[in-house]
Amino acid sequence: MKRTTLFIAQLVFTLLVCAFMLVPVLMSLLAGLTRNYFVGVSSGLTLDWLIQVWQSYSPTVWLSLQLAVACAVCVCVIGVPAAYALVRMNNRFSRAFEELMVLPVAMPGLASALALLLTYGQFGEFRSSWLFILVGHVLFTLPFLVRPVMAVMQRQQLPTLEEAAASLGAGPIKRFFSVVVPNCRAGILAGVLMVVTLSLGEFNLTWMLHTPMTKTLPVGLADSYASARLEVASAYTLIFLLMIVPLLIALQAISARLSRGERR
Amino acid sequence: MTGTTIRLQGCRKAFSDGTVAVDDLNLTIEAGETLAILGPSGCGKTTTLRMIAGLERPDVGRIFFTDRDVTRLPIERRDVGMVFQNYALFPNLDVAGNIVYGLKIRGLSPAERNKRCAELLELVGLQDHGKRRIHELSGGQRQRVALARALAPRPRVLLLDEPLAALDAQLRERLRSELDQLLRSLRITSVFVTHDQGEAMALGDRILVMERGRVAQLATPRDIYQQPANAFVASFVGNLNAFPVIEPTAHGLKVSGGELPWKGIPVPKTVYCRPEHLRVMDGAGHVRGRLVGQFFQGAQSRLLVDVGAEQPLLVDSADGVIHATGALIALAIEPHVLFTLHS
Amino acid sequence: MTTVPLNVQDVSSRRDVLQRLRPTAAWALAPAAAVLLAFWLLPLAHLILLGGQRRDGSDTGYWQVLSSAQYLGSLVQTCILAAVVTLAALLVGGISGVFLARQQFFGRSALVALLTFPLAFPGVVVGFLVILLAGRQGLFAALGLELAGERWIFAYSLTGLFIGYLYFSIPRVILTVMAACESLDRSLEEAAHSLGAGHWRVVCDVIVPGLAPALVSCGAICFATSMGAFGTAFTLGTRLNVTPVAIYNVFTNYANFTVAAALSVILGAVTWAVLLLARRVAKQSGAVF
Repeated sequence: MKRTTLFIAQLVFTLLVCAFMLVPVLMSLLAGLTRNYFVGVSSGLTLDWLIQVWQSYSPTVWLSLQLAVACAVCVCVIGVPAAYALVRMNNRFSRAFEELMVLPVAMPGLASALALLLTYGQFGEFRSSWLFILVGHVLFTLPFLVRPVMAVMQRQQLPTLEEAAASLGAGPIKRFFSVVVPNCRAGILAGVLMVVTLSLGEFNLTWMLHTPMTKTLPVGLADSYASARLEVASAYTLIFLLMIVPLLIALQAISARLSRGERR
Repeated sequence: MTGTTIRLQGCRKAFSDGTVAVDDLNLTIEAGETLAILGPSGCGKTTTLRMIAGLERPDVGRIFFTDRDVTRLPIERRDVGMVFQNYALFPNLDVAGNIVYGLKIRGLSPAERNKRCAELLELVGLQDHGKRRIHELSGGQRQRVALARALAPRPRVLLLDEPLAALDAQLRERLRSELDQLLRSLRITSVFVTHDQGEAMALGDRILVMERGRVAQLATPRDIYQQPANAFVASFVGNLNAFPVIEPTAHGLKVSGGELPWKGIPVPKTVYCRPEHLRVMDGAGHVRGRLVGQFFQGAQSRLLVDVGAEQPLLVDSADGVIHATGALIALAIEPHVLFTLHS
Repeated sequence: MTTVPLNVQDVSSRRDVLQRLRPTAAWALAPAAAVLLAFWLLPLAHLILLGGQRRDGSDTGYWQVLSSAQYLGSLVQTCILAAVVTLAALLVGGISGVFLARQQFFGRSALVALLTFPLAFPGVVVGFLVILLAGRQGLFAALGLELAGERWIFAYSLTGLFIGYLYFSIPRVILTVMAACESLDRSLEEAAHSLGAGHWRVVCDVIVPGLAPALVSCGAICFATSMGAFGTAFTLGTRLNVTPVAIYNVFTNYANFTVAAALSVILGAVTWAVLLLARRVAKQSGAVF
């Protein structure tokens, strides 16, 4: 009765929101596969646009993948020890550090990029290489690995495990690699997936830091939105979505598994 | 003001996974009566309370408040006061805010609300606590605020879900007697759910013992204790000694360890008695056995006496005598305290 | 059962182990600290200083920004836009989030997944999607042509920007609200019902206060993201007067580093202040809860 009408109203509302989210995406997917967007689907479906996009823009795809993998590796090397330190220390200093770590995410990406440019822009070699962009990505994605790994470490009561290992004679490096890292695998995996997804889609920082030689996929997308045909831009977007969506699905599956393990 | 009679007619409630929580419940609660619903977990007592409250609707059956069919009414229209197990006090309001919440909804003026709030704070003994925040209160204080909040709108019926379960033992004792006085003075029809038999017997005018969704017995505490309807009720409320009968004798019944005095023609298979009715004798008694356990409980001691049956007999003795383990114990019993049961 | 007496030696050696472990742990922070220091703190300090420099004998960057109606106007406009987006996202996402958290129906998890994917879309893609919806050849243009005889185009204005920001804010709110709903105490709602409160009363008196800390912190993040968003505005046209676009224009077109630095620092400071305020508010209400 009253309860059911409320349910239907909320369901309709939520479906409308869902439509708002999905319809443009579906339009974009369709546009990338249609021969002529103005005419519509009746003009026929084709893969020509995808092929054209690949021919013109494939270097951006490779660069983005390269950046994402490198970013993930760097963030792991820097971030996992940092998470370990923060969990073990658990004092005012570590909390202040957490604040500092989150700042590049909280503050406008443009500001961070500008700061980097104005400080390090004069080192020509560095400035024009992809490593410059990598630095930006690492700064932006670091908290997204450190936080989940910290959460897993705290749940596993890592300090206690470590004390047990230490009492059996393991030194710090040995403890780290034989006790700490293996027990955080799930958190590291979730974090890495998040980092890769974010790196692939990062634009605010990358736009300021890129050069015509170092164009990433989002940068290429921005170019195509400005200059290319709608169908080409849509096909390019389609390629991007094809890369992102599997990652997102994997991310959701891993997070679900993590939270289920928590409840047990 | 005449009180409200609660009547449940053929109520049945099953959950989505198929388990039947309450099966064909027929119950009448008299106006002004305090009914305790007692039973083990899963017996359906909480579901019954929630059906009376209006938080759950029975699949089959009807519920009446005096002459009015309230089966279809949701809780907000039933005019009940409910005290929840963990009190469910609103953390964003202070004590006074919680108490007057129901009054605000009914549209009372601020002056009337304040007056009623002061009345209730005095009733539950929290006169100067009106402005306190909920997280500053102790467990006992929260319970009182929950009670005051439920009573403020003068509900027709008061429902309590394990009201004293969240308190420690000492506090529970004290609040039990306060609650008893309160319920008696208010003369409001109340129903409360508990798994603590001592609480049920102390506070309830009548007790409804439930087992697996059905009524096991509905009677006064005295009747339930002294004349339990079946083995389940007998063992759930108080402790029980069972004497399987071997054969009838001239003056009574032969049992393991001796002979019980019994008058009556039908010879039962088993007779029962309560631990406090077995008296430890210096010399001879009706049954005899060896002491296998002794527990000092303050006012009395509990003895375990092995008479050769499956289970040792439980004896509550207030004589303060300490016996040696393995000593021979003689027990006597009056014939009128023995009873039989239907399973 | 006899207890094993704790050896004094055992206790002190255990304490030694603990003390030895802690300073070692701090060393593990060194690489991250080095990266943050070198590539963020240092450049930030440089940026702050740069904003205070004078170029060609004119005023400092900060003064130029604060005394210019155009720059201040864009700052105010950005703040207002971010605030409106945040409120709208909290409302829409709040309703959907509570609904999805509470109800079970066929296809629910698929619906949730679909609603939260857009979180990972970069701003540029969202801008493109807005163009597809409301641009010159967009869905609404065609719809308007059918229904009213003229194309409904609003992608290239602040409305379009609003829609774009809403697009990536709603999923964030939905996720946060769904998580917060799990920890809501149902018995509070039942208690309110038992006192006579109807459905909407319970929503206002119990559910919203219960979700308030989560809503505040999520709202702060939405605000910060909208303040600093650049990609969407870039795709929809650099004529839009929001501060990130202004920074980009000043830097690339006029090479005015001091003004660009000043604008960035001020934008960052406003964002940070809002985040801090939100945290304080959440902590205050958290103490009550």
